[in-house]
Amino acid sequence: MALLEVTNLGISFGGLQAVAGFDMTIEKGHLYGLIGPNGAGKTTAFNMLTGMYAPSEGNIRLDGVDITGKSPEFICKSGVARTFQNIRLFKAMTVLDNVKVGMHNRVEYNVWHGIFRDRVFREKEHDMNKKAMNLLKVFGLDERAEYAASQLPYGEQRKLEICRALASDPKLLLLDEPAAGMNPNETQELMETVRKVRDDFGIAILLIEHDMKFVMGICEDITVLEYGRIIAHGDAETVSNDPRVIAAYLGGDDD
Amino acid sequence: MANNKKMKKTTRSNLLMFGFVIVFWAVIQVVSLTGHMTSKLNGLLIPVCAYIIMAISLNLVVGFLGELSLGHAAFMSAGAFAGIFFYTTVGATLPKAAALVISFILGGAAAGLFGILVGVPVLRLSGDYLAIVTLASGEILKNVLSALYIGKDSTGIHFSLKDQFSLGLKPDGKMLIKGAMGIPGIQKFSNFTVGVILILITLAFIVNLKNSRAGRAITAIRDDEIAARATGLNLTHYKLLAFVSAAVFAGIAGVLYALNYSTLVADKFDYNLSINVLVMVVLGGMGNIFGGMIAAILLTILPEMLRGFSQYRMFIYSIVLIVMMLFNQAPALVAWRQRLVSKVKGEDRKAEEKVETADASYFEEMKSKSNEKTGNEESVKEEK
Repeated sequence: MALLEVTNLGISFGGLQAVAGFDMTIEKGHLYGLIGPNGAGKTTAFNMLTGMYAPSEGNIRLDGVDITGKSPEFICKSGVARTFQNIRLFKAMTVLDNVKVGMHNRVEYNVWHGIFRDRVFREKEHDMNKKAMNLLKVFGLDERAEYAASQLPYGEQRKLEICRALASDPKLLLLDEPAAGMNPNETQELMETVRKVRDDFGIAILLIEHDMKFVMGICEDITVLEYGRIIAHGDAETVSNDPRVIAAYLGGDDD
Repeated sequence: MANNKKMKKTTRSNLLMFGFVIVFWAVIQVVSLTGHMTSKLNGLLIPVCAYIIMAISLNLVVGFLGELSLGHAAFMSAGAFAGIFFYTTVGATLPKAAALVISFILGGAAAGLFGILVGVPVLRLSGDYLAIVTLASGEILKNVLSALYIGKDSTGIHFSLKDQFSLGLKPDGKMLIKGAMGIPGIQKFSNFTVGVILILITLAFIVNLKNSRAGRAITAIRDDEIAARATGLNLTHYKLLAFVSAAVFAGIAGVLYALNYSTLVADKFDYNLSINVLVMVVLGGMGNIFGGMIAAILLTILPEMLRGFSQYRMFIYSIVLIVMMLFNQAPALVAWRQRLVSKVKGEDRKAEEKVETADASYFEEMKSKSNEKTGNEESVKEEK
């Protein structure tokens, strides 16, 4: 059974059908790409998958469980984590605390343990600190653990956001333009990190990206959206040779 | 390793706060034991304690949750009325210590309930609704309590929202709450030590809450609601937790405050009081509990100290507010204060400098890295 099965997903805002007939199957441990021109509905699709928007039609199943239209909290708990196109960190909190918030539903203790600082609290916090530092180490952020998130340079903020998403121990990670605003070297480095995350954590990753080199370089399966509809689907070569995709990106004759 | 350092830092600043409260207590004890305490200052001790608790608890909502509450006095009022009503009725038949403890608990519980009542519908919304609703609910509670009459006679307890006579009390009856006149004949209890203990309890609760899983969730919601939801936090749950905890402590502060006077009237807990507490929190620095405590002390004592200036009182008060604000927030003054602190500390300064240079070298490294990447070497060469 596939990890994520999306069938005929669609949403309309008033009279505007932003996404329609969106189908997607995601298998464990694979890297997927979602591309398309600006305004094609990529982020909208992400927002439906993570519960930010309730779809008007269609069905999303994660590990066989229907999560269509559930709240973001529920979907995160079920194992879907995401990052945002415009970085959304907890800016005033430390790098370490950002990751620990990510673990919120994985390491639990109730309010009273925290107030009395008892053994449960100390053990769990110790546990969390250790896990969080290990996770930060993967991204080379462990030296920055005590910095406020807003003090980090842009590239590291992007990494921290991925790190926070991973802290929730997801089965599926959604990355919304992870390489946006990065220079070629940083993009290259990020590609390796993403691949490493997939291999080390054994999770599925779906990413939106405009950097074609990035997408073609690491994604095994690419879906192309235009005007809210899927126009092509397949591996990098199939997609990049598809006349409709070329037309969508470069503008083509409507023959 | 870095983590250990942080733990030390937060525990150190926490210990500083607890230490400050205990030193404050000790100084007052010494002053009053040696007979240097003026009656004016003595009368201010309990209000100071109550305001400190108010400022600490409001900081949880305004500083850590990032929601604006303009009705913190309402929770104080709810707590005061519930606690004092018990204290003057059932409490009179109990041993004093038991009566006091139960009054404080009841006061906190009543304020907490009122907090749930206000918070449940409002905290589901995001935006500035909380400010509007808390403001309104404070006024509503004040007016309802001002019109509340409760009396007791041989046939039982009667209550009315109209006037004293509609209670229809028998000749043996006794008024317990007299509308705008409030609860009369409170057996005064003003013990500074109890006030300080309550401050310490509040401080321990709120500081520990802040540094726990729930506290992280609360500050995460303040920083970014959308990201907080996507990270699996239940917004309403944590907003309510912060809001109701703050209400409970405001209720306890209300009982403490009311016990200092022989009558309790609802008019005392008006809009001005809420704003005063908010000013304390903002002046002390939102999210800075220690600063809030200092501001609470200064802003409670100051107006009394300025009484000698008669009509210039509020004028001087507002100047002091502005000076305090500048002292706390103006970048030049903040830098000056930090230099002063590091001079005093001496050894710590070296450590800080080390960190600073480490930071600087880090950022320089980052800069040169990104320069390399974007191919800025050419411009460097050109300069040469």
